[in-house]
Amino acid sequence: MEKWRTSRRLLSYSSKNLFDRQAYPNFENSNYLSGSGFTYHFGRICKPFKPVLHHKQNLPTYVYTLRDCINCLRSPLERFNGNTCRVQHRYFGSMATKTQRNPMFATINSDDISHFKEILGEKNVIQDEERLLTANTDWMGKYKGSSKLLLQPRSTEEVSQILKYCNSRCLAVVPQGGNTGLVGGSVPVFDEVIINLGSMNNIISFDKVSGILVCEAGCILENLVSFLDNEGFIMPLDLGAKGSCQIGGNVSTNAGGLRLVRYGSLHGNVLGLEAVLANGTMLDILGTLRKDNTGYDLKHLFIGSEGSLGIVTKVSILTPPKLSSVNLAFLACKDYFSCQNLLLEAKRKLGEILSAFEFLDGHSMDLVLNHLEGARNPLPPSMHKFYVLIETTGSDESYDKEKLEAFLLRSMEGGLISDGVLAQDINQASSFWRIREGIAEALTKAGAVYKYDLSLPVDKMYDLVEEMRIRLGPAAKVVGFGHIGDGNLHLNISIPQYDDAILAQIEPFVYEWTSKHRGSISAEHGLGLMKANKIYYSKSPETVQVMASIKKMLDPNRILNPYKVIPPSLIF
Amino acid sequence: MKIMVAIKRVVDYAVKIRVKPDKTGVETNNVKMSMNPFCEIALEEALRVKELGLASEVIAVSMGPAQCVDTLRTGLAMGADRGIHIETQTSLYPLSVAKIIKALVDVEKPGLLILGKQAIDDDCNQTGQMVAGLLNWPQGTFASKVVLDKEKQIATVDREVDGGLETLCLDLPAVITTDLRLNQPRYATLPNIMKAKSKVIKKFTPQELNVEIKSDLEVVEVTEPPKRKAGVIVSSVDELIDKLKNEAHVI
Repeated sequence: MEKWRTSRRLLSYSSKNLFDRQAYPNFENSNYLSGSGFTYHFGRICKPFKPVLHHKQNLPTYVYTLRDCINCLRSPLERFNGNTCRVQHRYFGSMATKTQRNPMFATINSDDISHFKEILGEKNVIQDEERLLTANTDWMGKYKGSSKLLLQPRSTEEVSQILKYCNSRCLAVVPQGGNTGLVGGSVPVFDEVIINLGSMNNIISFDKVSGILVCEAGCILENLVSFLDNEGFIMPLDLGAKGSCQIGGNVSTNAGGLRLVRYGSLHGNVLGLEAVLANGTMLDILGTLRKDNTGYDLKHLFIGSEGSLGIVTKVSILTPPKLSSVNLAFLACKDYFSCQNLLLEAKRKLGEILSAFEFLDGHSMDLVLNHLEGARNPLPPSMHKFYVLIETTGSDESYDKEKLEAFLLRSMEGGLISDGVLAQDINQASSFWRIREGIAEALTKAGAVYKYDLSLPVDKMYDLVEEMRIRLGPAAKVVGFGHIGDGNLHLNISIPQYDDAILAQIEPFVYEWTSKHRGSISAEHGLGLMKANKIYYSKSPETVQVMASIKKMLDPNRILNPYKVIPPSLIF
Repeated sequence: MKIMVAIKRVVDYAVKIRVKPDKTGVETNNVKMSMNPFCEIALEEALRVKELGLASEVIAVSMGPAQCVDTLRTGLAMGADRGIHIETQTSLYPLSVAKIIKALVDVEKPGLLILGKQAIDDDCNQTGQMVAGLLNWPQGTFASKVVLDKEKQIATVDREVDGGLETLCLDLPAVITTDLRLNQPRYATLPNIMKAKSKVIKKFTPQELNVEIKSDLEVVEVTEPPKRKAGVIVSSVDELIDKLKNEAHVI
């Protein structure tokens, strides 16, 4: 009974959209229907899920009640096969994420479509199957929604009109940019309307003196980089997805990337943004000032909230000047301890010119050489256990090169590096970067991959990889790589096909391990759908409660990117 | 047998070049410069020949201002044994370069001369041919494969020509210019960079070699190519036909 009460609490929702009995004529009157209204349909058997209660004992039982609820309600509901319900059918079922479509959200009808066509014009209201398929599937092919409508607004006003309408109709929406996210945050979970900002790709202004760039959210990062290149500036962030990711998405997810160690996070580089709230209000916080202490700095709410508080439509970002001398070294280390010490030495000896410090283990290198076309081992013929990429950016070519060479030679003599190469021109540098940036791509080509992005103390980072390797045995290939300079590990487990048994071995072990070392379960990838219920591993319940209140205040109908980021039970 | 390789310091291949406002040339201030890609391939081939035991020494030669020494150091880091720097501030055209190389060949007496087929800044594709002419040596240009026979003192060169591949047999000493598919240049490893610091770079001036650098060519103007216009999306077949007929004049 106690369990039932908690699950009822879980299932309560806004009275506005009650369960529509007409849609589900098969539904019998059972006691668990009174006051609830969820319909369940199970494509897979759920395994019992162990909750983590390392916070206080009265910690939300709703972390596991959904699971228990499903378990206790399973047998009678298995009768409901092939009904009209729209429960998530995962392609590669991940036991950890089972959600149900909230019936408070309306479904699209033809009036909605004509209304959207009026606002956007015929061409930008897309119902074509093929385009919807791409928009519904994430980059890894792991998450697939079933949205029937894709909208492409061309201006902030259009976004505002769309949201105002969706808010009034209680239609759930998913803001989408380049769709390169790795936690399922950019694709619909069910049939949410996809609002793709790709058409809003104008560069509005660029101040050559201060380096402040103002552009629309749909600008692709690589295009911005080329534009700035002409002006003599660079973007403060750089990631492997730069050919497709859009700046609006980068800002909404507070993307990190390869240059964070030098230029800091987007919270520091974004000077302002323009966002549209759920009810259509256009919020203009598009300042271009370095310093502005007037009131609460609301832009920080939107940076990193993954589209759940508002849709970012314009961004104003501070860009660093392009320095002429860039040097890149690809090094081999014999163990993780040397990598660590190399990092400490680099921070001290290369100091102000250090612009990137990445590491990858021998297994990642192996994968890249086997699966990525055109990848060439810079340090043949042997395979080393660890590789480190050090990039320096400065204004004086010969000085920097000397400094870097001296540092590298000394490190080699000291035994920190066992071998290394220095890129002699930009092409060689790109091929070194391709190896590091191509690991994600190589992993996707190698089969199914479970990705984890964790912030951990630098000295403990690789311990997790090794423990995971022992834990999973020969069934899976565990690779570790990442921004060691920021204490960010990308732990990836590659197996031929998604397998719940292996997943059970990985989660929640990896989250518990991270939590034990006071790390973050999502350093830069965000929570999205994948980790929507995992926030408690890294944030206290009070903090999450405040987050939920802010969400409810800014988006009372919860239409923006539902089921993601914050545990849905707190929102609905 | 000694191999001499000529390498040129040019604007890096991956840099977006811009024309100077006064149209006298391409902007080279604050722009990344590196070794010409074809020269890298030439040096790599020389090193491979040496590693096969068919040559005793690889000499890298570069001409230009003081910064050429950086490019020579890269060459030494790749594995060349010593370097020669011809210091001059005037811009050199292929004929002048060829004359200087001839003077050096008279001094060093290499058995093989390997150059890149062209430099990516001027795309002249003339130096190798001119040198062969001045020295009266056989030449194998656009080489995509080089096989040396030490006893018979010949080089078998596969050339990439418009019609396909042509195989030539050259008596050494000869001039070979390299094409893209010949090999993939090696990276400069740290141990080699360390060794390169102690390798010798000898300096000459053109006067010392009795070469007169007087150019018969003068650059009048450098302009950018016309910008590619964006495409137009037409809304009907009639409009397409109309545009093809009246604007593009192709039908």
